[in-house]
Amino acid sequence: MAAVDDAPVRHSAPGRAPRPEPARRGRSGIRGREAVAGWLFIAPMIVILGLFLAVPVLMAAWVSVSDWTGRGSPFASTVGFVGLENYERLVAGGGLATQDFGTALRNNAWYVLLVVPLQTALSLFLAVLVSRSALRGRGGFRTAFYFPSVTSSVAITVLFLFLFSASGAVNRAMEALSVDGPNWFADARGVLHLVLGALGVDQGPAALTGNGFLGITWWEWLAGPSVAMCVFITMAVFTTSGTFMLLFIAALQQISGDIDEAAMMDGATPWQRFRLVTLPMLRPTLFTVVTLGLIGCWQVFDQIYTGTQGGPAKTTLTPAYLSYQSSFEQQDWGRGAAIAFVLFAIIVFFTIVQRIILRERTTVPRRKRFVLTTRSGESGAVAGAGAQR
Amino acid sequence: MSAATGPARTGARGSTREDRAGRRADRSARRRTIGTAFVYTTLVVIAVVYIYPFLVQVATSFKSEAEAVGSPLSLVPGTWTTAAYQELFLRSDFPVWFRNSVVITILVTVGRVFINSLAGYALARLSFRGRGVVFALLVAVMAVPGVVLLIPKFLVLNQLGIYNTFLALIVPLMADAAGIFIMKNFFESIPRSVEEAARIDGAGPFRTYWWIVLPMATPALVTLVILSFQGSWNELSHFIVAAQDPALSPLTKGVAQLASGGLGQGSQFPLKLGAAALMTIPVAVLFFVFQRRIMNVTTGAVKE
Repeated sequence: MAAVDDAPVRHSAPGRAPRPEPARRGRSGIRGREAVAGWLFIAPMIVILGLFLAVPVLMAAWVSVSDWTGRGSPFASTVGFVGLENYERLVAGGGLATQDFGTALRNNAWYVLLVVPLQTALSLFLAVLVSRSALRGRGGFRTAFYFPSVTSSVAITVLFLFLFSASGAVNRAMEALSVDGPNWFADARGVLHLVLGALGVDQGPAALTGNGFLGITWWEWLAGPSVAMCVFITMAVFTTSGTFMLLFIAALQQISGDIDEAAMMDGATPWQRFRLVTLPMLRPTLFTVVTLGLIGCWQVFDQIYTGTQGGPAKTTLTPAYLSYQSSFEQQDWGRGAAIAFVLFAIIVFFTIVQRIILRERTTVPRRKRFVLTTRSGESGAVAGAGAQR
Repeated sequence: MSAATGPARTGARGSTREDRAGRRADRSARRRTIGTAFVYTTLVVIAVVYIYPFLVQVATSFKSEAEAVGSPLSLVPGTWTTAAYQELFLRSDFPVWFRNSVVITILVTVGRVFINSLAGYALARLSFRGRGVVFALLVAVMAVPGVVLLIPKFLVLNQLGIYNTFLALIVPLMADAAGIFIMKNFFESIPRSVEEAARIDGAGPFRTYWWIVLPMATPALVTLVILSFQGSWNELSHFIVAAQDPALSPLTKGVAQLASGGLGQGSQFPLKLGAAALMTIPVAVLFFVFQRRIMNVTTGAVKE
């Protein structure tokens, strides 16, 4: 661009054809070669990402509005355009498709609701414990906590299938405490329903059982995760807390010891120091962890494929698995693709919400932090003179 | 520190302050001992909870089936048997799965290191028109969740006519946006003067990249190798949609199907747990060899 712009100014003479040539060639010698090299360097990446990321999304978009049955090419003339019918079947059809989709969303929503806070809290807790400077065997503990994160989801699921089998290790351990463990992977009862049942509420109010959303009643929405799903929730917390712990450890290392010391000088208790000094400074990491957790939790697939295939009674069905199942097993490709796009929309929605909250929140704590530091600065100066505390 | 400066300035009130400080120090010391004991206990308990399942896994793979069900918690098999492993190696497709996993992982890792570092270098250093757009697209692509791509990927592989081939298992995994970011960030941290010297000597972009910059990028490359090895070894969903031929199954898919369907009857826990333990070994070895680096990798990758 620069070559073309500059050239006419320098040579405003009429002989247009021969004159810019040497200048441009001189530039293209370096620039041009670099540009060619640049495109050559990124060509493999563009081909692969384009072919297996961009094109697939477009193709799936077409399939989601078609009645393709998996035979031949989806672009064949026999494949018809059905508009938003596939999406309609999901959200408004009222049939099995809607019911399954509603169930899958319900299951995954409970999963997200429990896994995200639990894994965030646990990983932060572990990071704080392991970051203590005086701790001996720090490396060993970190290794132990991180190890489950390295292994594959398949191997972990196989292990959990064993641990939580009817006569498995967990139930044996519970027996030792004289508690009767459930038959975890075969138990479809919702946890909230169980709690309510224990309180004597076996039947929901008519307002909840009579009406519903996405093919299942509100009462069913409020069932909570099934006992089987709880195992997957435990497993997710078990396998992800190590990774997130590392993020928190890194963030904790960034916080200089001076600030903590200053707070200590001011007589803040450890809990106060954590809550008022450390936690606000961890906020960016906290949001990273929550965002990553949210995105990851809506994508549960491997564990379900390996473990329960959606059972018992569809209570571990997730949108990701349902999308796979309806396409590959029931050959209902339009529905599968539509589910994938709805899932995509859900994930994008939560990411955006997260961004917005993050933007708002960062302004608040900064002000708070400012107040806190000035106060500690003041009191630091005054404390030397007259110790009010 | 406050105890030292305090009395000098406050004079009369100094002694009480010192007393109080001393008493507080005493109390806080006792509290700290209790606190430390508490911390250690908590850590040890959690560590046991985290590690015990893996020990049980290995132990159970050497138990008989009856014993695996009968005493699932014990770490020492009553009678040692390698029946599960014999079954796995002699009467199942496990060796094939293992071979497939090794082939796929090696090729994917080599491909990723090359493609990602090339692209990372171009995005960090070479100026060409459209670089900004490419980078923006890359960021957008990163945001697409993998699970959403399951069906789409199958559609494209099918359309290209490579469904059910090794190519379909390997090539789509060979470029990943996260790896490109890692490489780009690293190349940006290398001072430009190094390359300028090479360029003045007449080296072209590829030579500069291959002989000058890449050797300097060893730490980032090791990071990339670790991430892509772990990623492709543990990958499952892509393999499910890329092929259905059992001869093309890698470990994850094979073991997952073993877990859900299984060979023959019975729970076959020793067999399944043995398979799961074996497939964990390569990543576990990688983890222990590069432990320090892995611990830093995760943080480094996300910080950017």
